[in-house]
Order: sequence, then structure tokens, then C-alpha cells
Amino acid sequence: MRTKATLLVLLFLTLIGSIAVPAFAQEDETLGVEVKLSAKDGEGVRQPVVGAHFDVTLDGETIGSGETDADGVFFLEVDGFGNYEITLDPASLPEGVTLTNPDRNVATAKVEEGRNRGRALFALETVEGAANDVANASSQNKFLQLTLDGTKLGLFLAMGAIGLNLIYGTTGLTSFAHSEMIVFGMLTAYMFNYYGLAAGIGLFADWGLPGPFGSGVNLIFAGILATIAGGLLGWCLDVFLFAPMRRMGVSLIAQMIVTIGLSLLMRYFLKFLFGGDQRFFKDYTAQSNIDLGIVGTTPKDLISMLISLLVLGLVGLALVRTRMGKAMRAVSDNRDLAESSGIDVQRVIRLVWVAGGALAALGGIMLGLSDNLNWLTGFRNLLLIFAGVTLGGLGTAYGALVGCLIVGIGVQLSTLIIPAELKNAGALLVMVIVLMFRPQGILGKAERIG
Amino acid sequence: MLLATDIISVLSQGFTQALGPEAVVFAIAAIGLNIHFGYTGLLNFGQVGFMLMGAYGIGVGIVILSLNHWVAIAFGILLAAGFAFLLGAPTLKLRADYLAIVTIAAAEILRLIGRSNSMDKITRGAEGLNEWSQPFQDMAPIQSTTKSIPLLLHEDLQITWTKMQWFVVIYGWIAVALLVVLVYFLMKSPWGRVLKSIREDEDAARALGKNVFRFKMQALVLGGIIGGFAGMFQVIGKGTVQPDTFVPQITFLMWTILILGGAARVFSPVVGAIIFWFLLTVAEGLLTMLAETEWIPTSIFRSTQVGDFRFMFVGLSLMLLMIFRPQGIFGDREEMALDDR
Repeated sequence: MRTKATLLVLLFLTLIGSIAVPAFAQEDETLGVEVKLSAKDGEGVRQPVVGAHFDVTLDGETIGSGETDADGVFFLEVDGFGNYEITLDPASLPEGVTLTNPDRNVATAKVEEGRNRGRALFALETVEGAANDVANASSQNKFLQLTLDGTKLGLFLAMGAIGLNLIYGTTGLTSFAHSEMIVFGMLTAYMFNYYGLAAGIGLFADWGLPGPFGSGVNLIFAGILATIAGGLLGWCLDVFLFAPMRRMGVSLIAQMIVTIGLSLLMRYFLKFLFGGDQRFFKDYTAQSNIDLGIVGTTPKDLISMLISLLVLGLVGLALVRTRMGKAMRAVSDNRDLAESSGIDVQRVIRLVWVAGGALAALGGIMLGLSDNLNWLTGFRNLLLIFAGVTLGGLGTAYGALVGCLIVGIGVQLSTLIIPAELKNAGALLVMVIVLMFRPQGILGKAERIG
Repeated sequence: MLLATDIISVLSQGFTQALGPEAVVFAIAAIGLNIHFGYTGLLNFGQVGFMLMGAYGIGVGIVILSLNHWVAIAFGILLAAGFAFLLGAPTLKLRADYLAIVTIAAAEILRLIGRSNSMDKITRGAEGLNEWSQPFQDMAPIQSTTKSIPLLLHEDLQITWTKMQWFVVIYGWIAVALLVVLVYFLMKSPWGRVLKSIREDEDAARALGKNVFRFKMQALVLGGIIGGFAGMFQVIGKGTVQPDTFVPQITFLMWTILILGGAARVFSPVVGAIIFWFLLTVAEGLLTMLAETEWIPTSIFRSTQVGDFRFMFVGLSLMLLMIFRPQGIFGDREEMALDDR
């Protein structure tokens, strides 16, 4: 009881601290306009564009001009709010780099209340055309490339889905909040990567502490911390929310609606803290493709996939070989029988929440690395995760992995036939077909689930 | 300082929203949802998709298919019913969770299709359909551009609506009244009793020889059509049919309204909608005022972030309601569609 109380107090302080700190969406004080120019070179590596010339005007009056520096950044300080027009001089672009749309060399950067840095975007490309190996590849290459991308997506989704599956298996609850636990992991890693714990718990912001407490750490360390944080979140959710609900006898449907409310709360709280923009990790972001013969991938994608495979393999092994894993499977199978054979069901459920949270966080970091780092990533992938879990079999141990891989590959391959923005519709179609003909999924038992 | 006039204006906004087009639309949609969840126990988390179908029915019907506007309304009804069939066929035989998953996904996919460039010729993409509202404008009860009415409590307390908003308010509340009467008589009828029995114990109903699937489908279609009407009123009030009006957050707001009012009671969607919109608008107005007058320092919270608070508040309310008072204001705990699983 006392540990719970102390933890509650700590949690409360953290919450207060994180609200007392400037939200990460805030910027520093000088007003100005900024443009970051980059373009992919011949090998598909994104390079900064140096020496491009810009003129800035406001309502027709010239404010200033300048050039992009060695990092491809052009910045000009301004005196007040307004819609500044930034004109790019195409002749100043380096050899081989042109505007994607030659008529669009003027963009507007808004400087206003709450937005001290107006930003403008210019689309550039290299003369050889977009150095994108999917667009250039022949259709056989495209097929294999998409399969690889789909496998990557499937692996990352599987990490989120395993938690969902285990939670469903042991408690019978379909948790809609799992997608937000993924985003939580992603954004916590981002916070550790850029700001360190000091910014998260605003109390220590100005003490100049080292590393994870001070100014941000390497992504690997940040990732480990975020995974731990995800596990901690899972623990807190079970201890403070779901276990009390189970004790109070709240029915499963009501609990499910509570998870929907929880997901709303978490999603918009994270949006409030981090803002609505797309973000990128500090490390390992811009990498060049390695050519693996017929397909290409970046080192970070390759390593993420390998890590995912390793983690998923370890989880599978743990479920089969360890005592706790056996206990989890027993509880999933038949809760009352497991309890009567001496297994502490509540402890198993708590562990499932911790593991589910940690895995979801890890999956979120992987998704964030593959350019999906924003507050909506969870909700967007919720459908895919559910489709994967349904396809594999809700409640089975390996079903999540199998289902998510199929969904991931299927969704990416479907872009060959249907427009890219509708590719998630393919996942829905898969789910509907599975539900009509084999509702227990591929690996599930053919029992009545009606 | 928080001036009295500012508070009066926030209250005016509160009443404007609580009795206005938003509340009407949500009340109608929540009546549909009440049929789904309150009376039949169906977990429909995609009611906004039915609204979208109704709206696009009149939009596409008038602009693309050049239908008469009454026929276009019928077309919208047809689309909403079709959507119900599509969602119900695979899922109504299965556990309630599956309907929830499929409906959330399907509603979002509809919105994405509406936005997508590839369906441009039919849906006009993200910009939507705009030139269809003239027949409705001609039917508007009040033909001036805006009109305010004072509330009796204070001389400055005023409600102001535009012409088409008055259309939605007057015809909408009439529609709400008609629907409430309809639902009341339906649920007292044998059909309604079967729905309730399905909600309580599906197997028992089946054992008595009732075709459970058929009744559930009928409930889904009826509630969906009512949702379609809500969508139609929504876009008539706005004058344009755009996909981004129909975001999933609307479904969540609607669920909170339904649970707040109390599921399975005829009046609860109406009362829930009015109370909810009043509270939400006043809370947001006060928050905005506090942020703008810097009572809350801008480092913590800016007035542009009030929207985020709206959904945090909705999420939290949904959680608290379901845990502590799932029957809402008027409901009966015994009658809630929450089985003992």
C-alpha cells in the first residue's frame, strides 16, 4: 500500500513537472524566417544544398536576403509578425539541382503569435530525376522492394501487436489504447534523444546535468530508456486502472470503452506536449541506401529489422521455455484452471501489461526511425495492428507475428494496384474477409467466437 | 481581469452551441447510436461513417447525378443503409469487439476515400462538393443572413445563427422530436422488445426462435439511416460536403454524449447533447479567456491548444463515466448492454 502511495506521488510530481516545462512545441525567442534546403544526390543520399540565394519580402517591401550555409539552412531575423514571402533564385542552386516545379520558387513563411520561426518549404530534385529506388526500379524490383518494406512494417507492427494479443489472451480485454502506448514509446525516446530527462521533469531543467538527465543522449540509450518507460507505463496502467476495474467487477465491454477513452486522453495529451508536427530523431536519420543487389535499404532499417526479429524471437522463446511464459499461456487458455493450479493470475496479468508496454514502446521507436514520428502514428496503425491480430488469431502467441507480417507485406504490395493513400483499406478488406470465413484467424482454434 | 462581459459572452456561446446546429446534429446521430448500443448492444464506433454517407448522398446526388434534392436525400438514406449492410454482414455473427474494430476502421477509410485524389470525379477530394445547397437554401425558414434572439436572463445574452444554421435548428429540432416519438413507439413494440432481449442474452433470444442476426441488422440499418440524417443536417448547416468534417473524434464525442445522457432512454441523446455542448463550450471559452488574458502563462498553455484539451476532457469523461456511472444521468444500470464477461 505504501509503495503504491509513493509511486502515485512520484507520478503526480512528474505530471506537474512536465506541465510546468515549456511544451516541446515551443521555440526560442528571436523572430525570424528559416528555410532548410536539401536534395538527394546521385546515390540517393540526402545532402544539404549550400549557397542557394533567397530574398525575403513583406507586403512587397524587401526585408533582406541571404544564402544557405554549410548545413543547408537559410535564416533571416525579422522584426515582427507577418506573412513573409521568400523567393528562391533558381540560378543560385548548385549544379544538377533544380526546383521540382520551376514556377514554385516563392513560398510564404508565417511568423505569428506562438510561432517565432516562420518556415518555408521548397521541393528540390536532382536532374537525374527522383533518386528513389522504388520509382525507378523495374516492376520485379518494385515487387521485391515493396515486399521488403512490408516485412519491415510487419515486424514493427508485430511488436505492438504481441502486447495486444497477450492482454486479450489473459484478460479478455481488447485494448484500444495500445496504439497510444506505441506513440508514447516513440515520443519518450524522442524526448530522451533531444532533451534528456531534465526537460521531461521540468524541475531540473537548468541544473546542467549530464547525459540522460541533461541534454539528451544517443538514440540507442534513449531507446533503452524509452522501452523501460513503456514497461513502467504498462505497470502503472494495470496497477492504477485495470486491476481496480477488474476488482470492481467492471464488465469487459465497459473496460474496452474505457480503453477508448484512455487512448483519446493519451493521444491528445501527447499532442499537447509535443505538438502536431512530424519530427525526426537526432541520430541515424539521414542515411544512404545500401544496394543489396535487387533491393535497397538503409542501415537503420536493416538493423531495426534485425533487432525486431531478435526481440520477437526472444519473446517467442520466453513464452515457450520459461515458467512465466508457460503461466501466461496457461492463463490465456483457461483462467480458472490456471488459478486453481496455483498460478498467481493477477501477477501474470501485471507482467503481461509490463511486457506489452515495453514491446509497444520498442515498436514505436522502430516506427519512429522509419520516418513516422508524429502523434498520429498510433491511430493510423491501429487498424493495421488489429487486422494483423485478427488475421493471426486474437489471443494466440505467434498469431500476432504471422498476421502482422502478412498485413504489412499485403498493404505495401497493394500500392501496386490501388492509390497509396488508400492502402490501409486493403488491411480492412483483409480483416473483413477473415472475419467472414475464418474468424478465429490463421492460428486460432476453431471455437465459437460469436 | 475576467470581466463580467467576457463571461456573458462565453455563456452566450455556450447557449448558442447547446441549442444550435452542432447539438442538433449530435442529438440525431446519438439517437441512432442509442438504437445500436442502448437498445441492441451493438458496439458501433463508426457512426460518423453513416453521417458521411448521408452527407455525400445529397452532395453527390445533386452535383454529380443531378438529382432532385428529395431524391438525393433518399439516395443518402440508401448509401447509409448500404454501409450498414457492408459492416454488419461479417461482424454481427461475432463477438461485439469485432464490430467495434471494423466500424472504427471503416469510417476512417470512408473519409480517406472521400479525400483521395483518385476519386476526385465523384467526391471532389478534400475540397468537397459545394454547389448543391441552393434547393435547401430556398427552403430555409428564416431568409435573412443572420438573426439573433435574446435570452431572457440578461440583456446581453444572445444567440446568433446564420440562415442555414436556423434551417438546421428549426427543422432539426422538429426532426429530433419526431425521432424521439418514433423510437419511443418502436421500443415499446414487439420488435423493440426483441432487440432488448438480444441485448440482454442473445442465446436466450435465439433459443426462442428469433433470428438474432436479422434483428441486429435491422437495428444497425435503422440507426445508420438516422446517422445519415444527422450527416445531412450537418452539411446543410455548413453549405459544403467535405471529408474532413467526418473525423473519428466525432464518434467519440457522440459516445460520451450517449453515455452521459444514459443509454436506452429515449430522451437521453437529446439531453446529453445539450448538456455536453453547453459544458464543453463554456469550459473551452473560459480556458481560451484564461490563456489569452495570460492568467495561465503561455509557457504552459496557449489558446491554440484548447482543442487538445477538448479531447483530453472527452477521453477522461468517457473513462470516468464508464467506471463510475455507466448509466449516465437517466439510465438504469440494469439495462446497460454490459454483459458479465
